[in-house]
Amino acid sequence: MVSNRKIAYINLSTGKVVQKPVPKVVRQLYLGGRGIDMYLLFNHVRPRIDPLSRENVLFIGAGLLGGIPCLGSGRCDIAAKSPLTGAVGDSNIGGFFAPELRFAGFDHLVISGRSKKPAYVWVQDGEIEVRDAGYLWGKDTIEAQAAIRQDHGDEDIKSLVIGEAGENLVKFANVRTGMKNSAGRTGMGCVMGSKNLKAIAARGTMDLEFTQPERLLDYCEEMNDMITSTRWAKAQSRWGTMIIFSNTNTTGLIRTKNFQLNLLEDGQDLEPENIDRYSIGTAGCYGCSVHCRHRYVLEDGPYAPLFGEGPEYTSLGAFGTMVNCKKMETVLVANHLVNKHGLDTLETGGLIAWAMELYEKGLINDKTTGGLKLDWGSDEALFALIRQIAKREGFGDVLANGFHGAIDKVGGDSAYYAIQVKGMSNLHSDERPTPSFALGIATATRGSDHLRSRPAIDMYGLPEEFLEELYGGPVASDYTSYEGKSRMIWWQELLYAVTDSIGTCKFQTVFCAVHAPKWEEFSRLIQLAAGMKFSKAQLMQIGERIYTLERIFNLREGFTRKDDRLPERYFQEPTPIGLPIAKGRKIDEEKFEAMLDEYYALHGWNKNGVPMKKTLAKLGLTAEPTHMV
Amino acid sequence: MQKILFIDPEKCTGCRICETVCSMHHEKVCNPARARVHVAKWEAAGLYIPVVCLHCEAPICETVCPVRAIKRDEKTGAVVIDYDLCVGCRLCVLYCPFAGAGIDTLTGKILKCDLCEGDPACARFCDPRALQFVKVTRANMMKMRKAAERFSEVMQKLLTP
Repeated sequence: MVSNRKIAYINLSTGKVVQKPVPKVVRQLYLGGRGIDMYLLFNHVRPRIDPLSRENVLFIGAGLLGGIPCLGSGRCDIAAKSPLTGAVGDSNIGGFFAPELRFAGFDHLVISGRSKKPAYVWVQDGEIEVRDAGYLWGKDTIEAQAAIRQDHGDEDIKSLVIGEAGENLVKFANVRTGMKNSAGRTGMGCVMGSKNLKAIAARGTMDLEFTQPERLLDYCEEMNDMITSTRWAKAQSRWGTMIIFSNTNTTGLIRTKNFQLNLLEDGQDLEPENIDRYSIGTAGCYGCSVHCRHRYVLEDGPYAPLFGEGPEYTSLGAFGTMVNCKKMETVLVANHLVNKHGLDTLETGGLIAWAMELYEKGLINDKTTGGLKLDWGSDEALFALIRQIAKREGFGDVLANGFHGAIDKVGGDSAYYAIQVKGMSNLHSDERPTPSFALGIATATRGSDHLRSRPAIDMYGLPEEFLEELYGGPVASDYTSYEGKSRMIWWQELLYAVTDSIGTCKFQTVFCAVHAPKWEEFSRLIQLAAGMKFSKAQLMQIGERIYTLERIFNLREGFTRKDDRLPERYFQEPTPIGLPIAKGRKIDEEKFEAMLDEYYALHGWNKNGVPMKKTLAKLGLTAEPTHMV
Repeated sequence: MQKILFIDPEKCTGCRICETVCSMHHEKVCNPARARVHVAKWEAAGLYIPVVCLHCEAPICETVCPVRAIKRDEKTGAVVIDYDLCVGCRLCVLYCPFAGAGIDTLTGKILKCDLCEGDPACARFCDPRALQFVKVTRANMMKMRKAAERFSEVMQKLLTP
């Protein structure tokens, strides 16, 4: 049965592996993927530990619906206490690893301790062993995956690996699979590095059984039709997430020169159409009909020949607008470099853009950077810093500690220029004209981020009757309004928590497409695949349980309402350019705080952002940690 | 008119939904290892090629089958195995130059595409249309158009000063 995949406890210090079933009650409360990972995180990671000590625990979780032929069901959730923020560490990765893990008999891996020597975890058809990774250490993320396949003589092995950045304990090192898929945020690759864990490799040939396979197959076809009929998916299938750039850069919603401007003038070369010069076609994750990334080739120039995948819209910001680089080719090279080295694209771009502004303002100089000229738009500085960060050399070593560490080191007014929340860099969007997005990055449990809640449909100016029906309460149609936006964020947080737990892709739910599958469709899929019945209200409650548990984890680590705060510049500096709707906008502090109050109330948390007793009781969280798994 | 399973590797995005739905349709479980179609991938080069039985006009598998278990289903055009006759000798697996026949990892029986009784699940689910179940004339036209596009590219290059 689809819900019979096991949980394995792997102690790297001793090499001991214990396998257990996942109790049904845990499935009913948390489904799988991120849900069960968050339960494990709260239960297995003791309060206030050093995230880089052997006491931190790494969790790998496939979703409850992982493997079904629709909605991009190959997502895998990776969690630990974050070395970047000290808060919930949690990152979601596409590709093919999670289904392979399920075909090998497992849904969840709990990896504790620390190996004395470089090691990798090998999972195959119900068996798990810890193996020597001496021959993999030092290899980049693409070489390492190839070496594991070669070693086993099997091209169908899927691996999660770290690159040099993870080995060197860069605080925002990511975990990678395939050419491009990355669990980018919160430094899960750094946790792997601290455990001397180079890779987790899986190969499986075991049946994944469903409660009603024939009806499930028909319903999956219906789901794919539902998704591919949306205009959003059609555009994304052709251009990838880059399609968003045309709109945001024209309007003035994309941060440029760190945070000095809100669109890149002369940014035409970064328009998505230009990927056609390099693209040989698109690529999809497991079972996905949207295939939202390009396979690209650079045939000329100093970095040729180069083959890569992507870039995401986020990379157009990270290595384009934010650092004021105006060439698609720069983005393609930088994207490939961070993928090879195993660095989070957003954190890397965010820190480099910050460093460039500090350099311009004279807060750092040639002496600080070891002679590297951090001029706006310098490809040379960008590529050099990416390498330096991964290798922890020169000024890159300072940036490799993330915003918290780098601000401490640089000092002065440097904190003011850092566009970060809870120690994690914001993405490349400028949320000053969009209060809903601004609230989302401030409240996200893992630090400044769009993937916890972003209601991109807020940009569509939908009829208010429709929004009220969707979100269950009044929401303003105008995206510059503060009215009802707390409800939007709260609702999306619950939806994405459930999406991450069934292991499907957020782009195939209400992210950018209104008519995409959501609660009712998830409920039907779970019933046909796993035989478990949930109403919409029950699924929303599961989302609330997961999100509230993340909140309690952060509170336990010392986070408070003060940490649900936007960078100061959002309140101080109005957007300087853009279309009338986006120009001259800043976040109104009073209205923002009021929005935060409403948001807490919707979650059942008090004014300080602490879950109320009755909320905990309703969600069954009063007794946590309960150590069911 | 007869339809064929038309493969266009240039359109394949490597998502492997074909493998998933093939195993679900035939075995009622999700298990790519037991699918009749596979996407061979060279990840680091971005090359994805769906591999499946081509339902040859003069099938080598039919010729080598010692018990005459392989024949054409006139209704669907599929070259199919009669499992009542098949002894599982695997000569078809050995001789097929296109890897059109394989072995079920669980049961040991021969795995071969049967075009799902005339409505192949893989083609139904393949959004980029790397696998299509189309009439022969349509398949011919698609190949011709593709060739014409290439020809046109060459001509443009020649005509551009």
